Amino acid sequence: MSKVLVVTSGKGGVGKTTSSASLGAALAKAGQNVVVVDFDVGLRNLDLVMGAERRVVFDLVNVVQGDAKLAQALIRDKRIETLSILPASQTRDKDALTEEGVERIIGELREKFDWIICDSPAGIEKGAMMAMRFADVAVVVTNPEISSVRDSDRIIGMLDSKTRHAETGGKLEKHLLLTRYDPARAARGEMLKVEDVLEILAIPLLGIVPESTEVLTASNLGCPVTLNNPESAPARAYVEAARRLLGEKVEVTTPVERRGLMSRLFGKKALA
Amino acid sequence: MLNEPLKLPKIVIRGRSFMALVVVPEAPLQPWLAALDAQMARSPSFFADRPVIANLSAIDDGGAELGAVLDALAFRELRIVGLEGIDPAALSGTGWERLPKLSQGRDLRSQIADDREVIVPAVAEPDPAAGMIAAPQPGRASLLIDRTVRSGQSIVFDEGDITVIGSVSSGAELIAGGSIHVYGSLRGRAIAGLRTGSTARIFCQKLLAELISIDGIYDLAEHWGDKRHGCAVQIRLERDHLKISPLG
Repeated sequence: MSKVLVVTSGKGGVGKTTSSASLGAALAKAGQNVVVVDFDVGLRNLDLVMGAERRVVFDLVNVVQGDAKLAQALIRDKRIETLSILPASQTRDKDALTEEGVERIIGELREKFDWIICDSPAGIEKGAMMAMRFADVAVVVTNPEISSVRDSDRIIGMLDSKTRHAETGGKLEKHLLLTRYDPARAARGEMLKVEDVLEILAIPLLGIVPESTEVLTASNLGCPVTLNNPESAPARAYVEAARRLLGEKVEVTTPVERRGLMSRLFGKKALA
Repeated sequence: MLNEPLKLPKIVIRGRSFMALVVVPEAPLQPWLAALDAQMARSPSFFADRPVIANLSAIDDGGAELGAVLDALAFRELRIVGLEGIDPAALSGTGWERLPKLSQGRDLRSQIADDREVIVPAVAEPDPAAGMIAAPQPGRASLLIDRTVRSGQSIVFDEGDITVIGSVSSGAELIAGGSIHVYGSLRGRAIAGLRTGSTARIFCQKLLAELISIDGIYDLAEHWGDKRHGCAVQIRLERDHLKISPLG
């Protein structure tokens, strides 16, 4: 049974592409056949984040418009055999996507892969609509900030009304992935609390990914953080999120501030 | 002592929006009027106490029958309060020339932009054959919403009360003919009393709203300050002021 998963958020810059790449790599590493599809036509990034930018010949728009076959456009990852990407076009815009074309491609991908991860563009316009249209599962990427939370709320409303599942009375699975969570700022009360975000959005929590320079380093190297440094805190958060997607019961832990050795040794004063 | 200015009462002028029904007579007129009669026979109270706007653009051919059309509508006890689609000067000499021409109206259904979720049962699907608005469904004076109302969604229920089992998110709005009940946090806008007027109330478990309004009188979050913020409250209209009081 293949699953179409959309990674979406409404707001830009919250970590959709990073999360798509990292979850995709983590699922593929767990033995799943995975393709990550870049729906951000005109502003493609996924190929860079996954280190495939030098191998792009055909793209999503070519396949939608019938100029190329799906097999020609798919790029297999060099590190994990079961991971592929379908890049977006940089020279076209989102109007080049048609609903019929996207439906046909999703149908073809369903035959080949266990997971089809659709990396949505920011916004609520056509590109984002096309990315979520045929989804079975949605991962809503949110930062613990009010603007991000409100945009995510809007997107959840659209997932509930604009997707094929919603229109045919089916149920779309929705998960919240809280990213760029800064434990130090959370401790100082400068960020929305996890409970507050959950109260507002009222969908189950898939994971909390801490803010980390590891993520940026990995992006610049063109390697998902789950492959680049599997022991880092964000990588572990993504791997655990992927295991939850596969149905495992893994408890979500809220990242805490990592303190230096000295402050850990001498951080607490003995009670008199 | 001299020339003490007379104390005049203060005039309070309030703006308020009402929902009017727009009828669009079509040629040929006799069958159209027959269809109207049939519609009114099916739901006699449909036009009762409702302001009606006549849009005569479809039959405005320069002929003299415009006044007769309005007479025919008035004969059927439609309360015509305004005109759309023609210049009132075309009615000179018919007794209807003093009707205001309205151009600011917005169709309730035209608010239904693609991404807005608007529930307007009072003005159900127009029946294209009759060119008329279908009768409201009987027995639906309240609307129950069993989920969170998300940002960007707009629930319009002109018929009566809206009850939400869940929260109303920031950027969402509820517009009710009667009262509004929210069994959760109210973070968006709540606009009550479109039909019932000042007797409507708003109830919520947690007041975090952006705007609340009853019968056209509104308050913004900054008006009521922190005192009731986050509390379970009821809101009602008292002498043209919104009164927020704790529940229970």
